[in-house]
Amino acid sequence: MMRHMHRWPGLLAAALLVVVSLSGATLSVMPALEAARTPAQAEADLSVAELAGRVVALHPGVEQIRRAPSGRITAYWFENGQPGAAVIDPATGAGVASADASGVQRWLVNLHRALFLDDGGRLTVAAAAALMLVISVSGLALLARRMGGWHRLVLPVRGPFASRLHAEIARIAALGLIVSSLTGLWMTASTFELLPDVSGPPAFPGAVSGVTGMSPAAMATLRDTPLSVLRALNFPYAGDASDVFTLKTAAGQGYLDQGTGALLVWQEATLWDRVNETIYWLHTGEGAPLWALVLGLAALGVPVLAWSGIKIWLGGRQWRRRPRGNARARDAQTVILVGSEGGTTWGFAETAAKALRAAGQAVHVGPMSGFAPDRYPQARRLILMAATYGDGDVPATARGFLETLAAMPAAPEMPVAVLGFGDRSFPNFCGYAARVQAEIEARGGRSFLSMDTVDRGSAQDFARWGRALSQAMGVSLALDHRPDAPPAQTLTLVARRDFGAEVQAPTAILRFALPQAGLWARLTGRAFGNFEAGDLLAVIPEGATLPRFYSLASGSRDGFVEICVKRHPGGLCSGQLTGLEVGDTIRAYLRPNPAFRPATGDAPVILIGAGTGIGPLAGFARANDRRRPMHLFFGARHPESDLLFGEDLARWQAEGRLSSVTTAFSRMTPRAHVQDALRADGVRVARLIADGAQVMVCGGRDMAAGVAEALAEILAPHGLSPAHLKAEGRYAEDVY
Amino acid sequence: MTLSTRIPTRPLLGALALSTALTLPALAAAAPVTFTTQLRNYGGDGAYLALYVTDASGAYVGSLWMAGPKSKYYKHLSDWYRATGGNTAQVDGITGASVGAGRELKITLDLADAIFDAGYQLHIDASVEDMRDSPSEIVVPLTRDGAGQTTAGRSYIAGFRYDM
Repeated sequence: MMRHMHRWPGLLAAALLVVVSLSGATLSVMPALEAARTPAQAEADLSVAELAGRVVALHPGVEQIRRAPSGRITAYWFENGQPGAAVIDPATGAGVASADASGVQRWLVNLHRALFLDDGGRLTVAAAAALMLVISVSGLALLARRMGGWHRLVLPVRGPFASRLHAEIARIAALGLIVSSLTGLWMTASTFELLPDVSGPPAFPGAVSGVTGMSPAAMATLRDTPLSVLRALNFPYAGDASDVFTLKTAAGQGYLDQGTGALLVWQEATLWDRVNETIYWLHTGEGAPLWALVLGLAALGVPVLAWSGIKIWLGGRQWRRRPRGNARARDAQTVILVGSEGGTTWGFAETAAKALRAAGQAVHVGPMSGFAPDRYPQARRLILMAATYGDGDVPATARGFLETLAAMPAAPEMPVAVLGFGDRSFPNFCGYAARVQAEIEARGGRSFLSMDTVDRGSAQDFARWGRALSQAMGVSLALDHRPDAPPAQTLTLVARRDFGAEVQAPTAILRFALPQAGLWARLTGRAFGNFEAGDLLAVIPEGATLPRFYSLASGSRDGFVEICVKRHPGGLCSGQLTGLEVGDTIRAYLRPNPAFRPATGDAPVILIGAGTGIGPLAGFARANDRRRPMHLFFGARHPESDLLFGEDLARWQAEGRLSSVTTAFSRMTPRAHVQDALRADGVRVARLIADGAQVMVCGGRDMAAGVAEALAEILAPHGLSPAHLKAEGRYAEDVY
Repeated sequence: MTLSTRIPTRPLLGALALSTALTLPALAAAAPVTFTTQLRNYGGDGAYLALYVTDASGAYVGSLWMAGPKSKYYKHLSDWYRATGGNTAQVDGITGASVGAGRELKITLDLADAIFDAGYQLHIDASVEDMRDSPSEIVVPLTRDGAGQTTAGRSYIAGFRYDM
């Protein structure tokens, strides 16, 4: 529901909101410009009487003096048959600048509030403002859900670039956009007289003295009125003894006798008047340049939000196509139910369904929220593919599943398999899938496969689960899931460095030339693309269809593609790669991995890796042109054999790209792993982390677990933990 | 561009008599009168204009036309507002769009002959958003001799005339 309230208004109003917000953002600098051009009021206690006296002395034909919220004083007069007006320097009463409103500003205002279309345009813009309000509120609610609660709204956001950008900008801009749209709606309602009007001028006095000629400078009321509260002072018509002075201030408005200066009528401003004035001020920022700029910055976020929002929507949409060959629920032998938030899990479900159909099964794929076992009389198994949203939350298409299950007398008869989809870098990895599995077990359900997980859409994880599924069902299935893989490119090996043969860990640093792409290839998205260290290179081994992923040790700015590969006994891909000679080629494409990148800023970075895990960490050091503090902890077997990037590390340290390098060797005496090195250096590590350092870990699963354990010990006395750091986005792992 | 309005079926005299205490000799012959207001290119948004009539003593008699649809801005037509207390009933059915800078407002009304040469004066108050208010920018006596003569206003109105 919340998602629909966010998506559809957003898509509907995107173009309109971009126009309204860009014009609003441009207008937001006007108060600052006006403040810069307005002569300052030097005498703090200057009264309206003194100012009026100064203006009258220079312009005897003055008709009106106005004061804008910015403090700008404007006088209007009529002399020698000509109307005149000027911005007044309060110190002298003399005109110093033209009073004409700028044409540009008028143009922008009319675009901003009515798209140059008068009332129809005003209503259109008001509708856009109402949608903006719905979008902002629903967006904040979605973000809070994704982050795991309102109190965590300010923590760093993870995920693909567009979705991260969307969330980061949104939470900065949301408040400003809500204020702008609410106040804008109020002003439109007021323009269309849907709200009670502010007070008009009071009734004209019944009798005046009939005397003329008193100078306003001598009038007691005007002497007692500080200039700072003035809104406008209107002078009586020349030669009309029945006319009066009209005074409007922040406190109210009234009439003064032009012969005696007596206050004839006074009407206090009502609370309603003040509310309306405040709302107008909140929307325009008149007289409050900083506030106006705050709103303007928020408005500038709208085009970015529109672009990233559409990109996110298009990204999720490709999986929402109606699956072809989907059996009806009542005919299906295998039912696959999907709990997906962004849509990617549907793609996996379709891959599984396709393979099962190829094996002769009738398969029904549907959302977990539609769970109804009575409707699957033929089903012999139920597969639940459940993503996890945010911190263990229910994904959109699984809403109500657990409630339905809980309302049943017992779990369904048919055996179940749960496959969780998630991101290991989040604290509660596959938390929702685990809840589903636990609930099914608690209700006495049977599993025909133990629960498994897929990390960050890993095709390998999914293929591994597919092999287990094949075995359990006794059929041959190959789950070859390749979502939106770009076409593979040919990379040519230009250099290799070999390590580790002496310690039974033959490892190579392979450097490939960056494929040259023509303009056409770049325009059509068929180029290799830009990448950074930490992104993944998907290598398709000869004779296989599924790619293997290797962390990149270089960025496209380095001008080459570099990976570290350790040869595994019997490993297809690692065998082929480590067997390459200079000039040989491979087929590969890029897979972005934005979650594993040093956060922006100047905070120190602690790089922890072992074996080939050094790859991306070396890439971060190589790219550290800003000489930000980076501390490397590196575990290998023996300094003489497998110290990958050994010479580079020394040079980068000399160049200041690495602040410190600490090594640990497991084939030396005493044996030491990288977690031991961390413990030995615990005081320094804890201090760095307490000072805001980010931790990045790359390597095997056991090593990552050991590192997390060591850090937990080191940080405990400081009231910190790896889980804390993860929640703050300061602990990133790339684990294999 | 010309904004033209003609209200042939509603004799102004009737409207005035209804909305005010004006007493004129019983319905004499009525004839169409065209009021033409040409605005200057003053470089602002559309102007609100109030056309109304006062008697020889300057007392408000009735309104002829209100160019400007939103009553919340009528207080800027300050002489008209002062005379009527901002009562929108005075312009019910005789309200139209505001008039853009450089444009012309032309309205034709059936007026009783008796309104001419009887000391009545026609006023136009003008006002533009974010610019000066211009009450009674035009004040001309309604006389048969004055028909066809153009009067310039002080701020927004380049020329005003009425033709019988």
